[in-house]
Amino acid sequence: MTPTFPLSPELPGDLRRWWRPSLLAGVGLLAISVIGAFFSPQQFFRSYLMGYLFWIGLALGSMALVMVQHLTGGAWGVVTRRVLESAMLTLPFLAILFVPILFGITDLYGWSHSDLVARDEVMRHRAPYMNEPLFIGRAIAYFVIWIFFAYVLNRWSRREDRIGDQTRKLAMISAPGLILYVFTVTFASTDWAESLMDHWYSTIWGFLFVVSQGLTALCFAIILMALLSRRSPMSEVVRPRHFHDLGKLLLMFVMLWAYLAYSQLLIVWAGDLSDEIPWYLPRWSTSWGWVGAALIVFQFVIPFLLLLSRPLKRSPKTLSIVVGILIAMRFVDLFWIVMPNFHITGLRIHWLNITVPFAIGGMWLAVFFWQLSKRPLLPVGAPNIEQAVTHAED
Amino acid sequence: MTREIWGIAAEFADPESLVDAAVNARDAGYRHVEAYTPYPIKQLEAAIPDRRALPPIVFIGGLLGFLTAWAMEFYIAVIDYPINVGGRPLNSWPSFIVIMFELTVLFASVFAFVGTLALSGFPRPNHPMFNLSRFSQVSNNRFFLCIEASDPIFDAKETADFLADMDPVEVMEVDED
Repeated sequence: MTPTFPLSPELPGDLRRWWRPSLLAGVGLLAISVIGAFFSPQQFFRSYLMGYLFWIGLALGSMALVMVQHLTGGAWGVVTRRVLESAMLTLPFLAILFVPILFGITDLYGWSHSDLVARDEVMRHRAPYMNEPLFIGRAIAYFVIWIFFAYVLNRWSRREDRIGDQTRKLAMISAPGLILYVFTVTFASTDWAESLMDHWYSTIWGFLFVVSQGLTALCFAIILMALLSRRSPMSEVVRPRHFHDLGKLLLMFVMLWAYLAYSQLLIVWAGDLSDEIPWYLPRWSTSWGWVGAALIVFQFVIPFLLLLSRPLKRSPKTLSIVVGILIAMRFVDLFWIVMPNFHITGLRIHWLNITVPFAIGGMWLAVFFWQLSKRPLLPVGAPNIEQAVTHAED
Repeated sequence: MTREIWGIAAEFADPESLVDAAVNARDAGYRHVEAYTPYPIKQLEAAIPDRRALPPIVFIGGLLGFLTAWAMEFYIAVIDYPINVGGRPLNSWPSFIVIMFELTVLFASVFAFVGTLALSGFPRPNHPMFNLSRFSQVSNNRFFLCIEASDPIFDAKETADFLADMDPVEVMEVDED
């Protein structure tokens, strides 16, 4: 059966042009940041890692949400699918952006210093795993897996536009894809972020990143939906009911993040072991503690209470405000994860912490809008699209 | 002997008239209005004023549970029987949170359960609307709108006239008992 959906929704003209200012801003900020890198290469790599973790989290979280919606269905997934797919298709670009981190290995990671490793028993035992060749080899493996799934998911989804129903095939690839996603993100977050502190380990770390990435991706999708819902043709399609569903999912992610972050703290608090608490000490007993408190308040308490309200979730405007807070806190969270490793005495903000993430973000958004303008805004061949769109009067 | 009136009900033959009447009642300023229908009608959601009292009750219950747990743990661990556990502070709130969460859930659900019973008028076993013999038709093909006597602008005569203007099948007084 060929698709018979009446609309062929294309990206509205003004959004189609957004890639250009994004790219200009990104490249401009990158140039400024590179100048900063000459004066303070260490700070540059730290800021770069923090910004990179945010944007790749957005791309990977989007891929995970695409796979979740292929397995579960639902109107929210039909209307957001193309936005999420465009975000996941930035993964090849993010693979290129990973290269600078390779030049920063010795500036970032203690395990790359052989003299340090030789003096430290724990690190000596970790060395067969945590060393530069294996670090690079694993990174290549992660990207091969991620880009493979992004490619296949996109290809079959586009085929659905032309020849109709591919639900079963898409579900068949999504199930192993999600399992591999959780494993690869666990390994990658261990390599890239957990190993910043020499002895630190936490078994919940990978899931914390999985949930954070899902949260980031959902926030981004809601913002894009709010933008699209104010413009033809998506203004005909996206309804309060869709925002209501997305808001409920957002509440779930906020609670899950709080649950996992608290579980990690509770276990470390109860254990009180000398290998674990050094991660929390600078983040708790110095001025970094205020950043942690801000995370509790603005990434959990306030969004949680606000998202309990039904009218708030149904209005794109109010929901976007909550999402804005959460996206800002995602940056703060990564700032709090990465930076205290290097400034254990207290809070330090460097201007590169701001310019580098925005430089990556500008370029990332340009690639994203380019991808989004290449495809119809709705999966017009999906078998449940009529239902997802027409059941949405309210 | 004076009868206690619980409300004035109007019976309608089709859902459109019921929704129109509900909208008119809302616009006329009536707040304690309830509709009774054989099946859910979407448009009524906006027309019937929201009088739900349960959500705030449950929220207060949750809040009370949260504070009760913290107060209890603080009293036990800091005031009544302070023990140094591996050098941790006495007010060791990260480990208190588990109990605080549990009591939040417990109190909220107990408040929801008791609140539901209380708001339904328990231990009263039936609803005043069942005093109307015609009300049995509500599960078949009739639609009822009732303006309750507790409404601030309720007046037995005026409200009955108001409902009679809505083109109902019949307007009836609902007895308290």
